[in-house]
Amino acid sequence: MTGPAGVTADDHLACNEFVELVTAFLERALDPETERRVVEHLALCEGCQRYLEQCRQTIARLGELPADTLPAPARAALLEAFRSGR
Amino acid sequence: MAARVETAALPADEALVKRLRERDEEAFELVLDAWSPGMLRVARGFVTTRASAEEVVQEAWLAVVEGVDRFEYRSSLKTWVFQILVNLARRRGSQERRSIPWSSLPGAEDRGPTVDPALFQGPGEPFPGHWREFPAPWPGSATGPRPAKRRPEPAVAPVQQPEDHALSAELQDRLAVALEKLPPRQRVVITLRDLEGYESHEVSRILEISAGNQRVLLHRARAFVRGELAKYFGGGR
Repeated sequence: MTGPAGVTADDHLACNEFVELVTAFLERALDPETERRVVEHLALCEGCQRYLEQCRQTIARLGELPADTLPAPARAALLEAFRSGR
Repeated sequence: MAARVETAALPADEALVKRLRERDEEAFELVLDAWSPGMLRVARGFVTTRASAEEVVQEAWLAVVEGVDRFEYRSSLKTWVFQILVNLARRRGSQERRSIPWSSLPGAEDRGPTVDPALFQGPGEPFPGHWREFPAPWPGSATGPRPAKRRPEPAVAPVQQPEDHALSAELQDRLAVALEKLPPRQRVVITLRDLEGYESHEVSRILEISAGNQRVLLHRARAFVRGELAKYFGGGR
């Protein structure tokens, strides 16, 4: 059991609310009041700190995925089309 | 997120467009090779097969060649190219009966919690809505537990550190499978944002969806992929 310490304020976010705000938080799309609650929650909750970090890692790893390439014949056909003009 | 390296290495739009209009083949090769991989990925979100995606990408390039004289700098050249691609891919997708109802957002698959509610405490427990157990740490995490302060975590499989290496083939497969499982709209948005490195306003423009809808789709897609990685790295938490 891992309850956060010092959670008493009425407007304190629960972790299951925090996880739904992560993307808006990363996008800086939260209104100032919600942004404040998110930061306050982060300051107190190691679990959500880790969740946020794992979201960042997920994004970073997706960015490292190699992409498919166009098959050589298709590429050659496009170059030929470009060369021959409209 | 930073744009992809190949994009950064391209000449500025004005130089590119000028050269393309002058039928400079080298310039065409530059953009063709830099953008086709991303275009293939994005097209795959709309159509049913890889072959079909390749055809759509070819069709898009032909339209670009045809239309570059009419490009008006209302967006970046790349965004314009992807807009053409998405329009063609959408049309092809509906022909293949896999039409994506962008206008009816959010759909049923875009609602509800993105993290398994069972991972949080219920109403009768001391901290309703808070983690039962913290998410398990991943290898290489900057916010891993301080061993002295917390109970020992179970040993994690010896996976490479993300900072040091390219993705392992296994992790690549995991990510690819996770992306395949996503609903099409979520897949297209996360592909543009996190694989291709587009900014939020560019994705809204390419897909003609609002910033809010784009964020909902991105959020759900990321949470799902993070959950799949959590199964891989942390045994599901």
